[in-house]
Amino acid sequence: MTTVANKTLYPTEPLKSWNEAKYLRAKYYEDFLKAPERGGLRVSGSGTMYFALLGGLGKDVHTLTGEPYAATCAFYQDFSTECMEAVEKAGIARDLCGYLRNYWGGVLLDKYILTDGTVVSPWPRPDLFFTSHYCCTHAKWYQWCREAEGNLPMYGIDVPWHPFDHEPTKERLEYIVQQSLGAIEWMEKLTGRKYDDELLVEAINTEARSSYLWGETCVLNKAIPAPLDEKTMFSLYVFNTLCPHLKEVADFYERLRDEVAERVQRGIAAWPNERFRYITDSQPPWAFLHIFRHLERTYGAVSVGSVYSYGLQVNWDFDEEGSFVPAKTPEMLGVKMDTREDAVRAYVNFKLKNGILCRFYDSEVTSDQMMKIVKNWKAQAVLIHLNRGCEGTAIGQMENRLDLMKAGIPVLAFEGNMGDYREFDVQRTMSRIETFFEALGIQRIET
Amino acid sequence: MDQFTNWVDNRHEYAKEWKKRTGGKVVGCLCTYVPEEILYAADILPIRIFGGHEPSSVVEPHILGMFCPFCRDTLAQGLEGKYDYLDGIVLAQSCLHMRQTFWSWKKHVPIDFTYYLPMPHCNQAVGQNDYLRGEYVLFKEAVEKWVGQPITTEALDRGIDIMNTNRKLCKQVYEFRKARKPALTGLEAMELVLSGQMVDKREHNEVIKSWLTELPGRELKREVGTRLMIVGSEDDDREFVQMVEGKLAFPATFVVEDHCTGARYFWDELVLQEDRLLAIAARYMDRVPCPSKDWPERKRFDFIFDMAKEYKVEAAVLMQQKFCDPHELDMPSLTQAFKDHNIPTYLLEFDVTVPAGQFRIRMEAFLETLVDFV
Ligand code: SF4
Ligand code: SF4
Repeated sequence: MTTVANKTLYPTEPLKSWNEAKYLRAKYYEDFLKAPERGGLRVSGSGTMYFALLGGLGKDVHTLTGEPYAATCAFYQDFSTECMEAVEKAGIARDLCGYLRNYWGGVLLDKYILTDGTVVSPWPRPDLFFTSHYCCTHAKWYQWCREAEGNLPMYGIDVPWHPFDHEPTKERLEYIVQQSLGAIEWMEKLTGRKYDDELLVEAINTEARSSYLWGETCVLNKAIPAPLDEKTMFSLYVFNTLCPHLKEVADFYERLRDEVAERVQRGIAAWPNERFRYITDSQPPWAFLHIFRHLERTYGAVSVGSVYSYGLQVNWDFDEEGSFVPAKTPEMLGVKMDTREDAVRAYVNFKLKNGILCRFYDSEVTSDQMMKIVKNWKAQAVLIHLNRGCEGTAIGQMENRLDLMKAGIPVLAFEGNMGDYREFDVQRTMSRIETFFEALGIQRIET
Repeated sequence: MDQFTNWVDNRHEYAKEWKKRTGGKVVGCLCTYVPEEILYAADILPIRIFGGHEPSSVVEPHILGMFCPFCRDTLAQGLEGKYDYLDGIVLAQSCLHMRQTFWSWKKHVPIDFTYYLPMPHCNQAVGQNDYLRGEYVLFKEAVEKWVGQPITTEALDRGIDIMNTNRKLCKQVYEFRKARKPALTGLEAMELVLSGQMVDKREHNEVIKSWLTELPGRELKREVGTRLMIVGSEDDDREFVQMVEGKLAFPATFVVEDHCTGARYFWDELVLQEDRLLAIAARYMDRVPCPSKDWPERKRFDFIFDMAKEYKVEAAVLMQQKFCDPHELDMPSLTQAFKDHNIPTYLLEFDVTVPAGQFRIRMEAFLETLVDFV
């Protein structure tokens, strides 16, 4: 095996926005915990929910989204083990969504984890569940919770079709619009609060802005060297699945976008030895994020993103060359939002341009998205995490793999579980990736 | 009833012969949410695609091992050319797993017509029927284009009538399972429903009608034993049912079930409305749901416990298809609900490609515990 000198190719420096991201994330989980003390409302549901619809209820509504919360659990192996064991003891199937099992485990144990690993008890019971439903698990997750936590109210928005690059038919659009309007009436009745349509419009604009700004940040990552590596992006994209309708999030994304643009301008790299760019697929095995660092150090191999980290709760369009650009927000398009109905319709239309959710309805779209990212972000390979913990993102992956191979793109698929570290063989996976890289002629960096 | 058994055993031969005899097209349906009324209206024969109950490695490059054995087994059938006589396939959107089968089939098995029919994931959502009606308009147009002729209201009425007659007749047969000594076994009931998904329902209806004349005086020379109910995922495992009903040390009879290859398939009739497509939509949204569509309230449970009462069920076998998330997600609450109804349950995780014999000892042990109990 040939080695190359450990020569720094690009300047690098820490991301200034990092601490703010850390602070915002910690605050999010604490806000949820403390909401009742402040007279606020707690709402739980999927990270794919229609967030802005909560906006009209007031600014003291705090969400806990199941998937990102469970990813935090998964990161802390000891707590995750406790959760998994509690779920297994209750006779719940071990092959269910890895996130769901972490979350349900917390409910059963009556324990909640904060981002710094502090475990508190009791479990913070939400006032209501508000979710969307794409994957078979989404609404069923909270259906069990509402029963387990004492017959709590629940509303789910069913999204049975995701066009991505097609215009929705009238019926398809109206189905989601009507459910969204129904959700507003339901919330109003349930909480006894007067729903404020101005706040709704503000939340829609803010959520769309968060999406757009993260999209712009992802586009900046086309630069060589990449200003961001995907491991870092995992801590940044997440706000779009936590509370993208809040001003503090959109403002954070704006500062982040500006910082990343400036890094590109100055040629600042996420990793100084970037020699090889790849993309991934699906959520990573959260307990093993160090793999990304290992590949950077050993091969100068940088993951520049994925359909997942670019597309989750982010809406996309195409430019003239067929490359992704962030979808223009309703505000940018000058869409009228004078009435509640108009605002909701504009919002739903925007949400239907989501980048990743279409994978639930068409595996070919996902293959196409992967190929576009490979081409436009100048990646040389794809690492597909065949995620046993998420049937939602694992759907179609084997066909995606075949499509990429057919297109001549080097691809390696490995099995794992984003939420259950017991289902990930780190040594075996590492050696498979290394063999793959070496077969591609990527040289090890001498240390 | 021999004819039903015969049809199930020779389903492929039947379909090929039907094509030859009628010159018509045969469409394979993935999932019981496909509106067969529209296909019958177009003079198409809808049949359900089932697995072959044999392990096969042909699916490995296409579907990850964590997806349910049923979706893998059905795809294997397609890839191996067992359904090479099909002119089309239709998926009515239900679980994620079946979608994979559809996509891979569409991509790798040469076929004239494929249609992915989106439909609500929820059976309690605002505007679901209007939305589904809109999808049916598109589906109907696609079928019309394919067969080269319009589907008229009269034709839809014919399709509705064929389906509703079949539903009514199956329900009449099921009445005979309620008796202290049921006039048919669980296996016979399973073959009745399965064959209905494999052959032209007009022929099926005629055979049921003639069977219905025999059933009132029919007495089975076997002990009824424990009255069992199967609740679970897709289940066409005849071998298992036969084993439990005839080959165990403790007698037992399956008197009713809740799964999509049994009562859940035919139970609800269509109520006619001026707008035929809306009527069809209402039927499929109001039917006993697949767990994947049953939220936020649990409407399926009402059906299960009504049936358990009506059919005097003494114990339930929860047949969990391995990796079937929709059912696994219901399982904790379902088990609790059975406890609340004082009905003992036994959970069997099964795999359609694994022989049923492995469950013999476990089922016997379960039945033995019930001898004292019931
Ligand atoms: S299976 Fe995947 S897509 Fe579905 S709820 Fe779990 S994490 Fe989300
Ligand atoms: S058994 Fe379950 S997962 Fe498999 S196709 Fe049926 S509902 Fe889907």
